[in-house]
Amino acid sequence: MEVSAYQGAITGAYIIASILFILSLGGLSHQESARRGNVFGMAGMAIAIVATAFHDSIESYVYILIPMLLGGAVGAWRASRVQMTQMPELVALLHSFVGLAAVLVGFSSYLGSEGLYSGAEKVVHEVEIYLGILIGAVTFTGSVIAFGKLNGFITSKPVIFPGRHLVNLAGLLVCIWYGHDFIQAADIPNGMTALVIMTVIALLFGVHMVMAIGGADMPVVISMLNSYSGWAAAATGFMLSNDLLIVTGALVGSSGAILSYIMCRAMNRKFVSVIMGGFGGQSTGSGAGQTDQGTAVEISRDECGAALNNISSLVIVPGYGMAVAHAQHAVYELTRRLREKGVNVRFAIHPVAGRMPGHMNVLLAEARVPYDIVLEMDEIQEDLPDTDMVMVIGANDIVNPSAIDDPEGPIAGMPVIEVWNAREVIVLKRSMASGYAGIENPLFFKPNTKMLFGDARDSIEGLVAHLI
Amino acid sequence: MDLGYDVLVEAGAGVSAGFADQDYVDAGAEAGLNTASLWDRSDIVCKIRPPEMHSGMGCHESTLIRDSRMLISVYEPALRQEMTARIAEAGGTVLALDAIPRISRAQKMDILSSMANIAGYRAVLEAGNHFGRFFTGQITAAGKIAPAKVLVIGAGVAGLSAIGTAVSLGAIVRAFDTRPEVKDQIESMNAEFLELDFEEEGEGTGGYAKVMSEAFIEAEMALFAEQARDVDIIITTALIPGRPAPRLITTEMVRSMRPGSVIVDLAAEQGGNCELTVPNEAVNDHGVTIIGYTDLTSRMAHQASVLFAANVFHLLDDLTPGKDGNLVLDIEDAIVRGSTVVKQGEILWPPPPLETSVTPPESTSAPSESLPVVESTPRNRAVSTLIGMGVAGILLIAMGSVAPASFMMHFTVFVLACFIGWQVIWNVTPALHTPLMSVTNAISGIILIGAMLQIDASSQLAVWLAIVAVTIASINVAGGFLVTQRMLRMFRKE
Repeated sequence: MEVSAYQGAITGAYIIASILFILSLGGLSHQESARRGNVFGMAGMAIAIVATAFHDSIESYVYILIPMLLGGAVGAWRASRVQMTQMPELVALLHSFVGLAAVLVGFSSYLGSEGLYSGAEKVVHEVEIYLGILIGAVTFTGSVIAFGKLNGFITSKPVIFPGRHLVNLAGLLVCIWYGHDFIQAADIPNGMTALVIMTVIALLFGVHMVMAIGGADMPVVISMLNSYSGWAAAATGFMLSNDLLIVTGALVGSSGAILSYIMCRAMNRKFVSVIMGGFGGQSTGSGAGQTDQGTAVEISRDECGAALNNISSLVIVPGYGMAVAHAQHAVYELTRRLREKGVNVRFAIHPVAGRMPGHMNVLLAEARVPYDIVLEMDEIQEDLPDTDMVMVIGANDIVNPSAIDDPEGPIAGMPVIEVWNAREVIVLKRSMASGYAGIENPLFFKPNTKMLFGDARDSIEGLVAHLI
Repeated sequence: MDLGYDVLVEAGAGVSAGFADQDYVDAGAEAGLNTASLWDRSDIVCKIRPPEMHSGMGCHESTLIRDSRMLISVYEPALRQEMTARIAEAGGTVLALDAIPRISRAQKMDILSSMANIAGYRAVLEAGNHFGRFFTGQITAAGKIAPAKVLVIGAGVAGLSAIGTAVSLGAIVRAFDTRPEVKDQIESMNAEFLELDFEEEGEGTGGYAKVMSEAFIEAEMALFAEQARDVDIIITTALIPGRPAPRLITTEMVRSMRPGSVIVDLAAEQGGNCELTVPNEAVNDHGVTIIGYTDLTSRMAHQASVLFAANVFHLLDDLTPGKDGNLVLDIEDAIVRGSTVVKQGEILWPPPPLETSVTPPESTSAPSESLPVVESTPRNRAVSTLIGMGVAGILLIAMGSVAPASFMMHFTVFVLACFIGWQVIWNVTPALHTPLMSVTNAISGIILIGAMLQIDASSQLAVWLAIVAVTIASINVAGGFLVTQRMLRMFRKE
């Protein structure tokens, strides 16, 4: 690439921007510093954009400014309107944009690279383009499917095609074959054919991969796509020889990878087996305890409300059901009233509760629940035996004792919140249907468990009315 | 008597417990009868021990349980199936006191609890008997006396009773039990609950070890060995139903104790918790007295007798709803159903499991051991890390030798950035994972500048692609940052 007059200054600005991005992510380690971190991120982005604008090769500012304002307006509008329960969908959608942008930039870069490179540099550049588009395309369609699944457009059950592993393998081989063709291609029109075929395969692969993954594994998928979008940006950085893109992409990529790892560990599952899919929906028979569960005892709102007046400590375990029922504000109202009465109310959040990492925390924060009473699973586990009552709101697999008791079961070894150790457990649920993992929950049949059926929001509002 | 029964008492029945025959007469009973006439005249016979050969009458007692006659005693039905069959043939009825189900309503009839309570109390006294020092600490004109240290293993009824007794004598009491839920009970009696330092292992296996795995027992034994050197008196009450008593105190532990120390083994009848226990004897080994008496309750005959009688009375009270001397065996009743071995010739043992239980069958096998845990020793991990780094290093060198220099520079930046990201992200609190994702979303909109750089490309199509890319990347940047801001503003502290 030609040397810019401002090249030195631009590189300096890029270094500042990189540091600001790192500080931005670092700021998220505590709630107190998180807002500052976000401001750092914005500042970094602003510096990066302005510095890039000074690049010699850019002249048509109108072409940049208009789309940027347009895109910015759309983004701002979506950001201000989105409901907190729909955060996973928004995040998935944003991932797909990064993927799409990476594909477009890749094609654009290839079309514009005529005669710029030769020899080994050309090969490396083309490999970079090829990989960038591949990752971008998988991210794009994968995220779109994830968005559809979260939104309910597409069934959240895993859709499994016969011989899917073979299909994937064949797709990979074809991609490699065309990659070879692409690099050998003499001119752009010839290379284009290979590139387009590969892109189509990658797009299909993204669809195929996420279709096979069940609803309960969504937190892993979302973090994985987050990671991919980072790698796509990094690959773009390589093809454009832009260090800032590389650094940022690598930061985002490793962030997503770590989140995926944390989510997998929280489910005691291997990353590969999640990606291979097919978790939910298969009614994997659990070895023992499946038969003769006994009967679950139902409790009415009146009884439950009366019980709430006689406790001194309550732990609330929210799950995806709370998000579905939009019950977070009712939960806060209940929390507030109980705390006024001097009841020690706390929340226990399982790492994979909800549909994306940290989903429950955001919902509770939206409902103004103070974050210092919202605890992680490991922080509260020990206190449960001394707790008068645990209220499970729309959660199932994360409180399933068979993860511990049934070594043959499909969720064996998954860390769960051991709510049954508390004196009394109230489970708010719409019906006796099983969770996303499709397995029975022996918790419902424990002698200290009572079921409160109905819509979570209605139930909790009913309970608030019973408080004295 | 208040229940409407006539009560007959065998001659000399209460002597060893300090009750004279006259006492029974004063209370309104007919006392001083010989055994044969007693059996002959009674409808209901209450005794302590199971039926046995009676030398005075020259016959086995079980042959006397016939027609409508009923025996209420400790019976151990699992060991006496032959006798049960004989009694059934004769049409007798047997209620086993030791088979009364342990439900809260039946606690007042629970002889096992009553007797365990006595045994625990007596164990401390026996220990004191053989222990040459005070339990309590004192500061006297003649100098300071340190309090005795007592370790109680097993905090069931007997253990808790021993704890209470030792505490009230002024000793420093520590107690251990495999069930962490009894911690509160122990602490409520002013004793110290010894906890296993089992955290590291628990984390390694990903689940909580609830059942005694091998590692648990190892940690437990280490704890006992450490305590043995420190304490003066050990009282062991550890029993597992239906199994021989676990060996908890080894010979070495005994020898590590100070001379003059005492061990009371309440599990002596089931084989003993201490290796050196001799049932029914107090032995001395290396200056440590090991008491293996199995008759601790009989050593407090009066108390045992009173409590036993009270338990039997409560049972009869329950069986006599009309208080009119008519005993009703309501087989629907959980207590009656559990304890009735034979009802007028019909064998009802073993009873079905309690109906009130809705607990699903929990697998009591040790799940912590069979969990699919991926474990690797630190050594293996170090080796595999080394191998991994070696392979990566070779690949990097190979790549560097063919790739152009500019690529390697970018690659350096890339690898370093990955490492920084790795370090930074681990510090992010899980509560902020959603904001983390939206902010990384926003900054991966940095692809915007990639699109900007293509805006003046030579090909018209490339320019259009770049324009579209700028648009959608801008959505990302604006949307990501703003939604993060909105979310973070919601997180608030008290």
